Amino acid sequence: MKLRANLVIGGVLFALAIFVGLLAPWLAHTDPVMDANLMNAEEPPSWTWWFGTDDQGRDIYSRVVYGARVSLTVGIISQLINSVIGVALGLSAGYWGGWWDDVVNALTNVMLAIPSLIFALAIMAVLGPGLTSLLIALGLTNWSFTCRIARASALSLRSQGYVQAATVLGYGDLRIMITQLLPNMLGPIVVIGTLGMGSAVLSEAALSFLGLGVRPPFPSWGSMLSEAREQITTAPWLSIFPGLAIFLTVLGLNLLGDGLRDILDPQSRSRRT
Amino acid sequence: MTGTPLIEVEDLRIDLDDGSRRVAAAEGVSFRIDRGETFGLVGESGCGKSITALALIGLLRHPLSIGGGVIRFEGREIQHLSAARQRELRGNRIAMIFQEPMTALNPVSPVGRQIAEMFVLHKGKSWREADQLAVEALASVRVPAPERRVKDYPHQLSGGMRQRVMIAIALACGPDLLIADEPTTALDVTVQAEIIELMRNLCAERGTATLMISHDLGLVANVCRRVAVMYAGRIVEERGSADIFRSPSHPYTQGLVASLPRLGSRAALGRSRLKEIAGVVPAITNFPDGCRFNPRCAQATDICRTRAPETDPLEAGGLVRCHHHA
Repeated sequence: MKLRANLVIGGVLFALAIFVGLLAPWLAHTDPVMDANLMNAEEPPSWTWWFGTDDQGRDIYSRVVYGARVSLTVGIISQLINSVIGVALGLSAGYWGGWWDDVVNALTNVMLAIPSLIFALAIMAVLGPGLTSLLIALGLTNWSFTCRIARASALSLRSQGYVQAATVLGYGDLRIMITQLLPNMLGPIVVIGTLGMGSAVLSEAALSFLGLGVRPPFPSWGSMLSEAREQITTAPWLSIFPGLAIFLTVLGLNLLGDGLRDILDPQSRSRRT
Repeated sequence: MTGTPLIEVEDLRIDLDDGSRRVAAAEGVSFRIDRGETFGLVGESGCGKSITALALIGLLRHPLSIGGGVIRFEGREIQHLSAARQRELRGNRIAMIFQEPMTALNPVSPVGRQIAEMFVLHKGKSWREADQLAVEALASVRVPAPERRVKDYPHQLSGGMRQRVMIAIALACGPDLLIADEPTTALDVTVQAEIIELMRNLCAERGTATLMISHDLGLVANVCRRVAVMYAGRIVEERGSADIFRSPSHPYTQGLVASLPRLGSRAALGRSRLKEIAGVVPAITNFPDGCRFNPRCAQATDICRTRAPETDPLEAGGLVRCHHHA
């Protein structure tokens, strides 16, 4: 199999982000919260302060490194919640059909009609800011695409010979869904999940920017951007580096998603063989 | 044969709901299969043979449904069993293999696992035991190097191998009845013979009864002890398989037998056109009154156009549904 550029670049960027998040305590130069020192306030990037410092003298590089933890945790976990919800609803709706399909369809349409960020905002408003509510809010609002895809796959797969054979051989509905349908629709689900992770990272940044994410002073890329807003002309490095981190992570996830689609899409696969 | 038949179908009617009304896609279907017996169901596409099989295993889905009649398995009526009870029968007591070995296996699961799953599902074995049994099952269908083959995915196997795997899956739990719906239609003729031979041997060894469904009268008569011929939703003739070639009684069966190409016929009879049955099978929604074969039948008289014939027993054994049978 030929390795594709988007898959490699995307994979490397995403792996780098995970690596940075995991090794944050070793990679960071200073403690991202405690090591404030007004003597070093608003230093531009230099050999000592790689990404510069903010108005309280905290090292931006260290804060960006720690911020990766929040962004990736939110991105991965909330998208996992979305995938589980979407697959469970879509798969069962497509396989069973009938009134359950109607219910799930109606629900999906409602979810698609409401901008997910606005919906997440509403949930955050009820739950209050913080990492857990962020996970819940983003995990409950972005499953409609996964659901649509799982439903469509289940609809087409359920008439496949092996699914009918499984029925004839006495498999129960749940066993058919898990052993016959799910593995055969995993490709598109993984692709949409990877792309969804990218948008979850962005949503986290947006919600944190609005002050609804991780509580300051703990760093997240979105809240760092938010804090940097007023100094954007005097200290642009405060916005550039967290922004760059968001950009590279989301870019990496999107490239990875595209690359995975090229490999996993049954149509492109049949074209190659 | 004595005792309770393994499966007994009585006056089965299968309805097709086409939105506005219900029409009978099959009716008056009756037959019995004894333990260990081989029974064939022959007919053209759309004559109702496959839906009869689906009715037996309780898998008719909308727009098809059972409209009447009785299906007994070991003397017990099964057509109204709950979904869960029917599922216990399926795969365990009644198994089925299909025409398409290409699509009947899950492409993302190793074949050994698919065989093993039957033992886990129906016999409550652990996966470790089941994997071992899967190797044995694969060996029993004469797949070479079964301990390596269990790890193969369906796309790594040839059509004949896949059908062997299907047979291994179907026979895994030692069912009492194996329904084979056009089991070899998609295969090469040489592979076809091997598969048929394998099925016949395995079923004979284990005392598994077979219901073989095919459009191929020659194949079915070769494999089965008794054959029923279906036309337009009704069984028109049921005979011992030797008799059906020697003295077909129903005009449709006569037509089928006459239309089989025979080796050496050209030498004996000279170059001649293969016989055919004129006309086409009527659509389900548009069955003719009386005998459903009457528009294509050379012997049809007025009574054939008005009154549907009942099944009559034949002197030589067997049943026929014709007003004018010999």
